[in-house]
Formats: sequence, C-alpha cells, structure tokens
Amino acid sequence: MLGRTANGVFWMFRYLERAENIARLLDAGFRLALTRGPGEASVEWQSVLTTIGQNSEYRARHDDYQGQSVTNWILRDKDNPGSVLNMIEMARSNARAVRTALTREVWEATNESWMVLRELLARPVRASTLGEVLTAVRRQATLVRGAMDGTMLRNEIFNFARIGTFIERADSTARIIDVKYYVLLPSVSLVGSSLDNAQWEMVLRSVSGERAYRWLHSGAMDARGIASFLILDERFPRSLASCYNKVRSNMVGLAREYGHESHAHELLRNTGTRLHSANIDDIIEQGLHQFIGDFIAENRKVAAAIATDYRFTG
Amino acid sequence: MPQKPVANFDEMFDADGAVRPAYANFCSWFDEQDPNWLRRKNAEAERFFRRTGITFNVYGDDAGEERLIPFDMIPRIITAAEWRKLTRGIEQRVRALNAFLQDLYHRQEIVRSGRFPRRLLEHNEAFLPQMVGFTPPGGIYTHIVGIDLVRTGPEEFMVLEDNARTPSGVSYMLENRETMMAMFPELFTRVSVAPVQDYPRRLARSLAACAPSRTSGRPTVAVLTPGIYNSAYFEHAFLADQMGAELVEGSDLQVIDGRVAMRTTRGYQPVDVLYRRVDDEYLDPLTFNPNSVLGVPGIMDVYRSGGITIANAPGTGIADDKAIYSFMPEIVEFYTGEKPILQNVPTWRCAEPEALKYVLDNLKDLVVKEVHGSGGYGMLIGPTSSKKELETFEKKLRARPDNYIAQPTLALSTSPIFTKAGLAPRHVDLRPFVLVSPNGIDITPGGLTRVALKKGSLVVNSSQGGGTKDSWVLED
Repeated sequence: MLGRTANGVFWMFRYLERAENIARLLDAGFRLALTRGPGEASVEWQSVLTTIGQNSEYRARHDDYQGQSVTNWILRDKDNPGSVLNMIEMARSNARAVRTALTREVWEATNESWMVLRELLARPVRASTLGEVLTAVRRQATLVRGAMDGTMLRNEIFNFARIGTFIERADSTARIIDVKYYVLLPSVSLVGSSLDNAQWEMVLRSVSGERAYRWLHSGAMDARGIASFLILDERFPRSLASCYNKVRSNMVGLAREYGHESHAHELLRNTGTRLHSANIDDIIEQGLHQFIGDFIAENRKVAAAIATDYRFTG
Repeated sequence: MPQKPVANFDEMFDADGAVRPAYANFCSWFDEQDPNWLRRKNAEAERFFRRTGITFNVYGDDAGEERLIPFDMIPRIITAAEWRKLTRGIEQRVRALNAFLQDLYHRQEIVRSGRFPRRLLEHNEAFLPQMVGFTPPGGIYTHIVGIDLVRTGPEEFMVLEDNARTPSGVSYMLENRETMMAMFPELFTRVSVAPVQDYPRRLARSLAACAPSRTSGRPTVAVLTPGIYNSAYFEHAFLADQMGAELVEGSDLQVIDGRVAMRTTRGYQPVDVLYRRVDDEYLDPLTFNPNSVLGVPGIMDVYRSGGITIANAPGTGIADDKAIYSFMPEIVEFYTGEKPILQNVPTWRCAEPEALKYVLDNLKDLVVKEVHGSGGYGMLIGPTSSKKELETFEKKLRARPDNYIAQPTLALSTSPIFTKAGLAPRHVDLRPFVLVSPNGIDITPGGLTRVALKKGSLVVNSSQGGGTKDSWVLED
C-alpha cells in the first residue's frame, strides 16, 4: 500500500478516536459542572481544556470558563482547529483520500457521521441539547468502528487503522490521568470526601469506565485502585496496558506481513515492557506524574517511528 | 402516461404520443406504480447519492464544496438494433482516431495528401512535439474514449464531440445502474437490460494489455489523480477501487532507476501502466508546465524509453480539438477507406472567412463553441441569448475567429424526466465509453445519458446544471 494511504488511514482513525474521546471528556465535565457551584465548574472546564491541550487557545479568545462557551469552543468553533467538528471533517477528508483502502461500508459510515454531525453542530449547542450531541458523536464513531470490524480485511490497512486508534486512545487516557493525577494520589486524598468521589467519578466517566470499575471493585472507590485500573488493567479497553496490547498485536501483524520488524517495534517493546512489569505501588512511589509524562512522550515517539518506518510522507 | 406530442424526436413517445416499442415494458411497469411511492423513491435517490459520497466539486464555488449531479430515475432506453449500429459507427471512429494520432506524430500522410491543413497543428498547444516519432506501447493512443452522441431523429445519431483526453462520467454510468437496481429491483426482472457492471474489470484488462513490452508478470496499474479537490475525484477513487489499482497522486511518484515508482510502505515499487486523470500540461514539470505539482518530474523520459504506459497517451488532445472535429468525416475516410457510419454535426470553422461571415450573419440561430473549451464553459447558444450577449460574443468572434467553431442549434431528442407534476420531456445526449487495447475495441453497452433539467435547455453539462439518467441497452 502507498505510504500516503497508510498515513491517511492512521490519522483518519486517530481523528475519529479523538473526537470520541473529547465527547466523553465533555460529558464527564458537564456532569461535574452541573453538580458544583460556578467556581468549581469553572475550574473543571479549565481542566477539560488543559487535558485536550486547548486551554491557551481558548484563553486567547475568552475571558472566563462559561460552560456554554467552553463546550461550543470544543465542539464547533471555527477558530479551533482541534474542534470535534473539525476532527470529523478531517477524518472524513482522510477517508475520501484513502477511499480505495476502505470498504464501502466503512466509507459510508464515515461519510454519514460527517453529515449527521455537521448538521447537529451547524448551530450553537445549548445545555439542553449537549447530551444528544455528545451521544451522537460517540454513536457515529461506534458505527465506523463496527463497519470496520465487520467488513475490513485483516491486513496492513487494518493494522494501521487500529494502531492509529490505540495510539490516540492511550494518549487520551494518559492525558486525563496527567491532568488529574493529584486526585489519584493516595497521600493527598481525604478518604471518602465528597470532593474526591466526584473527581473520581469524573475521571472514570471520561473514559466510560465507571460501570466496569464498580463491577470489579463492588462499588468501593479509592485512588490507588482507579490509577491501577486506568494504567494497568488489561481487561479495560481504555487502559494504557490494554491500548498497548492492541498496538503491539497490530505491530506484530505488520511484522508478519512485511517479514521483518522495524525501529518502531523496538521502541514499542521498551514501552510495553515498562507498562507490563510495573505495579501501581512502584509507579506511585516513583511519581505518578513522572510516569505518565514519560509514557506520553514515548507514545509520541512510537507514532513518529511508525510514520518514518512505513514511509508515511516523502 | 401523459401523451404530449413534441416537435423534436422524443425517445419515449412517437409523434402521435404512443409509447415507442423500446419503452413498452418499462412504461407498463411505470403505469402500475403508485405515483406517491415513486415520488418518495425519487427523494430517496438523492439521499442515496449523498450517503455514498457520489459528488463532484464545482470550480469557483466555496473551496471543496461538493455537489450532487441530479439523477433522474426514468431510464433512457436504446434498442439492441440501435446499439449494434452505434457500436459499428463508434468502432470505426475510434479506429480512425488512433490511426490519425499515429499519423500526426509520424509521417503526417494526411497533411501531405492535402486532406488536412497543416495550420491546425501549428501553434496548437494540444499537439505535443515531444510525441513526434514516438509510438506508445501497443500503438495505442486513446485507451479510453467517450464519444458524445446526440439524436435528432429515429435513425439520426450524430457525434457531437470525441473525448479523447480523459473522458469522465463512467462512474455515473455505473452508479446510476446500481441506484436503479437498488430502488427498483423488480423492474430488472421485467426488462432485459445489458449489464454495465463489468466495466472496471474490462478497463483493468484493457489497460493491462497495453503494458510496456518489458513488463514481466502481472502489470502494476495505478490511477493518477490531482487529489480530493478535483471535480472528478470521486470517479478516480471509484475506478481505482473497482480495478483494485492504487490511487496515486503526483507526490506518491518518483522516477527511480529509469522507472516511475510509487512510495509504498515497503519502499518504492515500479508502476507499469498509469491511468492518469491529470492533463498533459501538468504531467511532467520537466517537460511541460514547470509549476505543476500534480505530475511526476521525468515521467516523459521514462515514457519515451518504454518504461511505462501512460493512458491516454500525452498529445491525444489534438484529436478532440473542436477545430479538428470538423475534419472527422475526412479523417474517418482517409484511414478506414469507408464512409463514416456516424455523422458529424455540421460545423463552421470560424477561422475560414466565408464561414465566419455566415456565422456572424446567423449568430442568433447558432451554437458557438471555443475550440479548446470543454464542460460547456465559454459557449454561446444563439437562440436563448440576449441581444447584448450576442453583441459581446460578436466582438469576441471578430477578435479571435480561429478560437471558435459554430454549429446549428439542433433539435436534440428529448427523453422524459420525472417531476412532481409527472413526466416532462427534456433534451438528452449520450456518452458511451470505449476501451482500446491491442486486443481490440471494447464498448460497454450503455453509457452516460446527460439531461438538461431546465425546460427547453440544450445544455446538458453537469457543471451547468445538467443531470444524468441510467442508460439501458436492451438485450434481444
């Protein structure tokens, strides 16, 4: 396949995943803001913007963190290149450019997502319709993933798509932990305080993990458990360990198809080993923030190595 | 069925308003359908096209804006006997076109014989000196041709244009059929329609047969597109997809070790046949337009040394130049030794003084076209133009007469379209698609019927608000 096509597929799925992750994060932020006073809500919105790396751009155009202006900035503002709407447009534009690499069903699901969301995001989103819009973003991304799962040949194209998905997902989960790391540190948490509970809920919700976590821990929540769940639990599809299992299995697929490994495989092995040999006590002892910061940097390097090894650009 | 006799030839109804035999089965089906259900189906067709992304981009509008070509669900039907005759005429014409190109770029016998004026080649940008003395692999110049036909009477099919560069629209031929079969499956059990679906396979086979002689094994075919903002991008992707070929852009290609190679995830891989949807001018910045970023630097050297097949060959544009079109009857006779089976539309070459005088005297009755124009841009339709428009055009004609040809306003045939108020006749043309390889000439039964959606309008170009119809060739 063409290097440009591999690049297009990889980023198409990163954009889709990013749109979906932002929707989850907004949903969680919105809930938290609803149940808190305006002061705390404003802090929460700021942390949402920081997580997705848009705080300074937002501040350049807004004086405060009103829910309405934050959500519209993130979802649809024309000045925001990282808006959900723009992610969907770029995913669709990539899909058009790599049309020959996709099945008709994947293309149509992507195109339909773009049509549906462009329509929904044509006008400002109010609190009363925010839930509906966020649900639609998640549902459309799910449709594309479903079409992908059900119709795509398991070859290199599929591998690049999945690697893009999981590199992005790992990045997203890591950023959420990075911004909220202080609520996940046992030493500063007042056991059972309502603030902690709300923050923990928020973190779990932003990765759609609240149900899974409760089920695993019979409803009991604690910082260490949540951190371990998000970083190390291979059963949870948005944990770092699970994402890296997927990245690895798809990289193995590439190595098998190409008959040899690349530099990216080597990097990946290091990152993977670090994740799998770690336990949560060591991570916290050595510094959760440092650990996550390192992970984000390594994840970025893996992505860059893949782009070079597989000739994404000329 | 409404039965309104019309002045021009109507494809569905005869002069007495009776349904022509070709449409008998279709009309009996149509009359049985609930009009409300048909209206719903009509609306559904548009949604279907939007969802599948069968759109085209219009130049000059908002960047990247995608539009639909309106689809009309009443098919245009051609009988098997009509098609056989058309096929013979098209084959003859396409054979002549290739022989003409071969001759123009070699000994120019037709010029020496005095049947074709040399001045049409001089200062003609479509004539490429780089092609002189070179024979493309397999001797094929026009691998893919779209012949635009119009009809003015029961037996009167005429060629309006030969599209010998990069004819587009074949994806609509295929998608229109898909849409009709999805919407009205039972209709196809009542009428025997010749299939068009294997066009991409035929194209792939035809292109592969034109691979350079040094190719070993199965040739690698790639489709070269200018990219996603090109008006016909959907078609480029569609054809590459259907053929299982790579869809490449100029930036994916590079000349390496005397071959044109595409950058794949495993490194550079040579391409044997390039179906390019990029104009000659942009093909090679080292040979043609130096500012082009759509092409491949050095591809012409590789081509001339036999390292790649370019389809269609560079320089074929000279054969579909509108000034040269007027010589097609002579060209057909010169190379085939036969009388042309398909007629030309009478054409005045404004470069010739008597013709120019006639054209200026009768401007309000004529259609005037730019010699190098396409897509319906820059043309004048005398009968529907205002006095002011006629005056402006007269000035243009006097200033550059050699830039124009003129044709009578033809009574183009009509075919009914589906409207909320029922069937209404609209003018149509037909573009069958022709594949040429050393193995022969292959014409897919059907083509693209373009239809002017405005009442009385003669302009069928999609860029000018025309629509399309499914085109049926009946089986015996």
